[in-house]
Amino acid sequence: MKSRVLMILSFIFLAMTIVPAFLVFAQVMSMSQNKTLMFIGTVGWFVTAPFWMKK
Amino acid sequence: MASFDKKSLVSKLDAVNEYEREPVPESKLKGWKSFIGTYAGEHTAGTEFVLGPLFVAHGVAASDLFLGLLIGNLLAVLSWAYLTAKISIKKRVTLYYQLEKIGGKNFALGYNLVNAGLFCFLAGSMIAVSATAVGIPFDLPMPTLNDIYPNSIGWVITVLVVGTITTLVAMFGFDQVARFANLAAPWMIMIFIAAAIAVLPQLGVTSLADFWPVAESKIWNGVPLEGQSKFTFWHVTFFAWFCNMAMHIGMADMSLLRYAKKWQYGFASSAGMILGHYIAWVASGILYALFLQQSANSTEFAPGPVAYNAAGIAGALCVIIAGWTTANPTLYRAGLAIQAINAKWKTWKVTLVVGLVTTIAAMFPALVMKLLEFVALYGLILMPAGAVIFADVYFLPRLGLQEEYAERAGIRFNTAAAATWILTLLICLWLNLSFGIEIFFVGLPGWFIAVVLYVIVSKVVQRRPAQITSL
Repeated sequence: MKSRVLMILSFIFLAMTIVPAFLVFAQVMSMSQNKTLMFIGTVGWFVTAPFWMKK
Repeated sequence: MASFDKKSLVSKLDAVNEYEREPVPESKLKGWKSFIGTYAGEHTAGTEFVLGPLFVAHGVAASDLFLGLLIGNLLAVLSWAYLTAKISIKKRVTLYYQLEKIGGKNFALGYNLVNAGLFCFLAGSMIAVSATAVGIPFDLPMPTLNDIYPNSIGWVITVLVVGTITTLVAMFGFDQVARFANLAAPWMIMIFIAAAIAVLPQLGVTSLADFWPVAESKIWNGVPLEGQSKFTFWHVTFFAWFCNMAMHIGMADMSLLRYAKKWQYGFASSAGMILGHYIAWVASGILYALFLQQSANSTEFAPGPVAYNAAGIAGALCVIIAGWTTANPTLYRAGLAIQAINAKWKTWKVTLVVGLVTTIAAMFPALVMKLLEFVALYGLILMPAGAVIFADVYFLPRLGLQEEYAERAGIRFNTAAAATWILTLLICLWLNLSFGIEIFFVGLPGWFIAVVLYVIVSKVVQRRPAQITSL
């Protein structure tokens, strides 16, 4: 159960690295907001993914 | 381009000790998924940050790029499936063991050493790529496309620091890096794609319909940068096909595909080609085009600042991690290859020496700026070994000649294999110098030459009486 939650969180963080880029492309988000979200997504991915990702 | 890292790394390195000298048993064969994951991870690496931009620098036209990559990558996948995978499941042993059976221990040792040297340069270029991102906070003067020698003391120090850390980790903490590379693979491809999409409006693309006109006029406009040669459709096609020549036609991926249940698993390589050699090259080309637009065609060539500009800290981290996770295992494998000379040498000591040589090489920006040429050369040099295996498996028995001759004759050095390797490379050099056939193309005639040479020289060598052991 715990690893499933972490897995879902990981994918949310991974999505944070790419979804904002489409919003920038659609001109509904600024580049600096995108960069911030990409950074948060990056940190979140590397913090959560090791708990469930197999070797 | 292929690196020797990511998801496959643990299994590949395990393979060094696992079934190193025997066929993989039926119970250890793996399914589709593991090969798709391995190839997808392996081919999204630090090199992608350099190769995509170099196509832009060499003035590739948009239509040439998209069509060339499609055909070249398709040919690469077919090579993996029909050449490497077919032989892999037939023999189920590593490339090194198969070469030893054919060419003898001394021949395999020679191959290992050449391979190690090439690994060092590849790792060196990736250390340099990482250094371009590490240098951002220090406002480091970045190397330019035409630089051969280090351009500043700051560059030398940065490369030295990155090279030292990479070497130390390769010496003591390799498994953790392998796991980290595995973890980074999906994130890395997201960063590649996201960075490219986010900068499209800055290039003038605000709808899908805008993409192609902008691609043709601003990104891949067909005009090479100053001092760069012009690349055509054929360059792109052959580069995409042959950049992993050592892996497919050269048979290095026998070590991986010997675990495949069916030869069709070779098609799993398409995952790596689509993500790494199509999407990532296109994405990194877009980022570089924006840099050129903003810098008025500056000849500075530094993936770190380019990615930082497009994706902020995540982009810079991506360059550091991509370069580092490619350099690290490559360095480790170079150490292992050299250690084959003398098993008593400590792995960490060998890795330390290899790391030192690699770090010194990384200080020369030419290694990055000429990565297209180096990758082509790398494949070309190792290609004859694959041609020898191909001819040995398919032609020698049909011609009444002995396959795996070194093992059966109990010799340590098969002249036929060695002569094929050396003569093929000499002929390729002659084709290059006399007829101007560029290094990107010479591998194709080279493969046919190697196959024919091996059959002819084997006929001569095997005419001499030898003690053949029936296996």
